[in-house]
Amino acid sequence: MIKAIESSGIAKSFGPTKALDDITFSVNESEIFGFIGPDGAGKTTLFRIITTLLLPDKGNMKVLGMDATSDYKELRKNIGYMPGRFSLYQDLSVEENLNFYATVFGTTVKENYDLISDIYSHIEPFRKRLAGKLSGGMKQKLALSCALIHKPRLLVLDEPTTGVDAVSRSEFWDMLSKLHQHNITIIVSTPYMDEAIRCDRVALIQNGKILSVDTPQNIRAGFSRKLFTVKSVEKYKLIKTLRKNPEVLTAYPFGDSIHVTLINDASDNFLLGYLVSEGISDAVIQEAKAGIEDRFLELMEKGIKA
Amino acid sequence: MKRFLGFVKKEFLHIFRDYRTLFILFGIPVAQILIFGYAVSTDIKNAGVAFLDLSKDEVTQKLTDKIISSGFFKKTETLLNYNDIDMVFKKGKTKAVIVFEEDFGKKLINQGKASLSIIADGSEPNTATLITNYTTAIVNDFTMDLAGPVSNNSLRINPEVKMRYNPALKSHFMFVPGVITLILILICALMTSVTITREKEFGTMEVLLVSPLRPIQIILGKVMPYFILSFINVLLILALSWLVFGLPVKGSLILLLAECMLYILMSLTLGILISTVSSNMQQAIFISLVGLMLPTILLSGFIFPIENMPKIYDYVSSILPPRYFIVIIKNIMIKGTGLMYIWKETLILIVMTLIFIGLSVRNFKIRLE
Repeated sequence: MIKAIESSGIAKSFGPTKALDDITFSVNESEIFGFIGPDGAGKTTLFRIITTLLLPDKGNMKVLGMDATSDYKELRKNIGYMPGRFSLYQDLSVEENLNFYATVFGTTVKENYDLISDIYSHIEPFRKRLAGKLSGGMKQKLALSCALIHKPRLLVLDEPTTGVDAVSRSEFWDMLSKLHQHNITIIVSTPYMDEAIRCDRVALIQNGKILSVDTPQNIRAGFSRKLFTVKSVEKYKLIKTLRKNPEVLTAYPFGDSIHVTLINDASDNFLLGYLVSEGISDAVIQEAKAGIEDRFLELMEKGIKA
Repeated sequence: MKRFLGFVKKEFLHIFRDYRTLFILFGIPVAQILIFGYAVSTDIKNAGVAFLDLSKDEVTQKLTDKIISSGFFKKTETLLNYNDIDMVFKKGKTKAVIVFEEDFGKKLINQGKASLSIIADGSEPNTATLITNYTTAIVNDFTMDLAGPVSNNSLRINPEVKMRYNPALKSHFMFVPGVITLILILICALMTSVTITREKEFGTMEVLLVSPLRPIQIILGKVMPYFILSFINVLLILALSWLVFGLPVKGSLILLLAECMLYILMSLTLGILISTVSSNMQQAIFISLVGLMLPTILLSGFIFPIENMPKIYDYVSSILPPRYFIVIIKNIMIKGTGLMYIWKETLILIVMTLIFIGLSVRNFKIRLE
């Protein structure tokens, strides 16, 4: 089976900053592959190398069986790219943007309408509106329609859900899942851990290095310790108190609770007693199943120590 | 081809959606022509002149009348003594004072010689020179009339000056070609460099690069709409200068338009070159305005003759395309010469255009930095 992307030992520096360091991974055909990592992890740089917009300093990047450096002309015909800043012409209308991208890629809106109809139907009522006047969610849908209009074999989405409301985000992932049927490989980057679960496989990326590549389920299962959630009204005092204790390995805020791991996986009884003695009497402690973010933080911690 | 046309269509949409672009394209040229043609005039008309007549006789009265009736001057005040001269200049309306010496008329008739002084306001050197020249001419004329054919006892050479091509020395003749030169290079270079850097700034260039569009298609697609619009601009300026200032095109109109097309093309490719070296719109605007406007106004021979400049400026100006176009357009419009006399300048512009195209295509990045 041909891989959609095969990357080996990709490195890229901007001056003294190492943006990417020895990136090796492969993406199977027609899978949704996610890159999860904080801002500045190197996701955009990696995507630009995949889309032939940047040349790597080192390493080998094969996309759709073609070399990203030497076969860039042929490759560019088969990629649909949606950059982080939705690259729409703000002074053109919805319809004009879509028509423009269709003609530039040598096709028409009609020809591939079935591919985008699901997405485009949401914004079609506003087709005369200027793209600059659309809401974040609608801009995102239009940008996706534009990236899809020439029926690319590979769809590259750089942080498509950043700056978009929660409902639109979830709708957007539903659409991506549907695109699966059309045999399109999708790679997508996001800073949101909760979106990882919607991918077939994810790569955790941090400081230009890939920490782990696996299915979201396996990544969660890779979490090696017992995890507790601790809740209290005084959250700030709680986290400070927890971090003071030498038995506590990590304490990270997660929504309204705090995720805690202990050095010797000691029982939670000890923790409750400790908190009460420090004057936090309302603490509720529960054992929990680790999420992807927990695993990510654990890997990060290890990475820093190593 | 379809891709290319789609791209051109998009460019036209950008231009027509943006009122500011439209204004820069068509409003500024019209305004410039009118401003330069009317306000920035180097002719004198109704310049304020005061008289200090210490003689007050028939001759001084006649001469005064002659000066005022020439149409170039307007009498502002009649002074009584020398001390008033300073005061009248300070008031600002008077640009020159003409002083007749005592017994002017008597001396002229008895001794054949009398003096008058022209005291001009040197804080405006151009006007001052013009006023003194005009006055001297009028006075010379007057003495000749007065002497008449009687004074053939002395030898006299009488130069008759004629200004070929522009007999009335109208300044429009100098400004209209200059403004066309300035506006075309400025608008063409500015517009194209801004429209390309705008794509970079808004991130749309990223997608264009990933598309199958070739660099030459992107460049030509950007140039084409502005080429058409700038050409319309040339027609507009020529029509305007003909209607408002009565400036005719003496030479072949077709040759003139062809040369304009060449110059427009040169300016557009220069704009693309600017865009390939600047990373954002501000930079592009800065380079276009400062790098092109000032040298064009100051060094191209538009206002100040290149022959009078220090040699170093002459060298600098020889790399400025407007310098050659000004020669071309003045020759065709005012002198009515044909291609025979301007082929050298035309060739230089063609070579420059080719160099700019070559550099732009080479510099155009098929990837991000």
